[in-house]
Amino acid sequence: MTSHLMEARGATIRFGGLTAVDNVDMYVDVGEIVALIGPNGAGKTTYFNMLTGIYKPTEGDILFNGASIVGKAPHVIARQGISRTFQNIRLFPALSAIENVMIGRHMRTKTGALGALFKTPPARKEEQQIQADAEKWLAFVGLSGVANELASSLPYGAQRRLEIARALATEPQLICLDEPAAGMNPQETAELNLLVGRIRDAGVTVFLIEHDMKVVMEIAERIYVLDFGKLIAQGTPREVQNNPAVIEAYLGLGADALMAKHLDEGGDDA
Amino acid sequence: MDIFIQQLVNGITLGGMYALIALGYTLVYGILLMINFAHAEMFMVGAYVGLFSLKFFSDPEWGAATLGLEGMQQFFTGSIFGLIIMFAIVFIFSGIVTGLLGMLIERVAYRPLRNAPRLAPLISAIGVSIFLQNAVLLWVDSRAIAFPNVFPVVNFGYGINSLKIFIVVTSIILLIGLDTLVSKTKMGKAMRATSQDRGAAQLMGININKVIAATFFIGPALGAVAGIFHGMYYGAVIFNMGFFPGIKAFTAAVLGGIGNLRGAMLGGFMLGIIESMTAGFISTGYKDVVAFAILIIVLIFRPGGLLGESVVEKV
Repeated sequence: MTSHLMEARGATIRFGGLTAVDNVDMYVDVGEIVALIGPNGAGKTTYFNMLTGIYKPTEGDILFNGASIVGKAPHVIARQGISRTFQNIRLFPALSAIENVMIGRHMRTKTGALGALFKTPPARKEEQQIQADAEKWLAFVGLSGVANELASSLPYGAQRRLEIARALATEPQLICLDEPAAGMNPQETAELNLLVGRIRDAGVTVFLIEHDMKVVMEIAERIYVLDFGKLIAQGTPREVQNNPAVIEAYLGLGADALMAKHLDEGGDDA
Repeated sequence: MDIFIQQLVNGITLGGMYALIALGYTLVYGILLMINFAHAEMFMVGAYVGLFSLKFFSDPEWGAATLGLEGMQQFFTGSIFGLIIMFAIVFIFSGIVTGLLGMLIERVAYRPLRNAPRLAPLISAIGVSIFLQNAVLLWVDSRAIAFPNVFPVVNFGYGINSLKIFIVVTSIILLIGLDTLVSKTKMGKAMRATSQDRGAAQLMGININKVIAATFFIGPALGAVAGIFHGMYYGAVIFNMGFFPGIKAFTAAVLGGIGNLRGAMLGGFMLGIIESMTAGFISTGYKDVVAFAILIIVLIFRPGGLLGESVVEKV
């Protein structure tokens, strides 16, 4: 099966003696909303970092549209159609909201520096197009009113949505959202759920990391659960919710049981 | 009053050169948080390339004439029109050569150290600086070389002449051009994004190696223009000519707020004017003392420089 949009085969990354992600098989199909969950330190963000080229897997392969992306530079992977947001917001603080989104359009445009400097007609036309696209994505996340405000001056929830707009502006096939609901109030979280649905409806496959189980259960169609770098469960929200391994990972075991589980290298049921 | 106007003109002329060089420091610092100590040598190399290309086009004893191209030289030096074209070619050629040298230096001496501790590229930059000075000393000339005197200098009184006007106007055009490039164009946005968050910029599909290479082209190219101005203004070039203007321009960049383009421009002009005024009204010997005293005072009250971000700790 190479028809998956994204597929990891035995993806492993070690930092010195620590195996942060251990032999993970995972796939995401076009049009899905897939969640990656797990306790703190489970390796979720590390997995995203491998997927977007920040880290190179020590072992295993990650395929995107059937071709390996292992070892490619982050900007090359971004151009191939994977975009992301960050757990700790990483907007360009001294650029306005709309400029942040325009940066996302950067790689999809052609004009060179000279064309832009001398305002040749094609450059001017493209600039208008970039502006229009950026406004479209700002409107998509509901930030039209603050286009010219500095990113750093926006409220927290708005910054999160701006990051999503910036990621969408790169025209990704797959958008990776790293804890999009972190720090949001219930109202904002509800809006976010709607937004994620609309992203998928716009034709972008969504892969998200989330701590908030309520969010995950509501919007994800399939869930992968990582714990100590290992994939301990996968399936629909209902299946995962009732999986004993997941309950253990989240609620904990006694110390003895935990130790025994650790020593046991045999694969858990999925 | 005469002296005041005269020194103001001198100060603005000098300031234009400082501003052009200062931009190179501030651009690189903004993106890599590194002081490119080899930048003063870009200024020097630019002046040499300018000198030789100017000689090639205008010196009947040298260059084009010996290749049987006297006609071309006559065209270039014979009319105002020819002169304009010649200077345009000289400046652009020197800018491109020096810009390419800047990119080469980045590739060879800085890129391999990008993830090294911050002191490493700094030392590497000092090494490049020493290397370039000595390369010119050994392979070109250890003595000063006179700059071809082809620019028609017309005096307008009050110390104003056509050369100073030319320097100031060209500097201002370039400063505005760069400001537009950085604030309006796609490459400029990519540069600002890279300077604010390199990792996030990469994940937005920006090839940061390209952005950094462009930075290392633009800075030295502007430095080269300043170098030619310097040669034309003082009438000679020498292998260590970059040292003082380099230090001054670096000071200008810090004064304006390092990493801030408009700050570097402001700092450059301020420093040039302060120096000239001190030289005119107090004593030439004190010009550097006053200039650096002002730098220290500014930094005490505004550690980030005049236009730099005032550092306020968020609690």
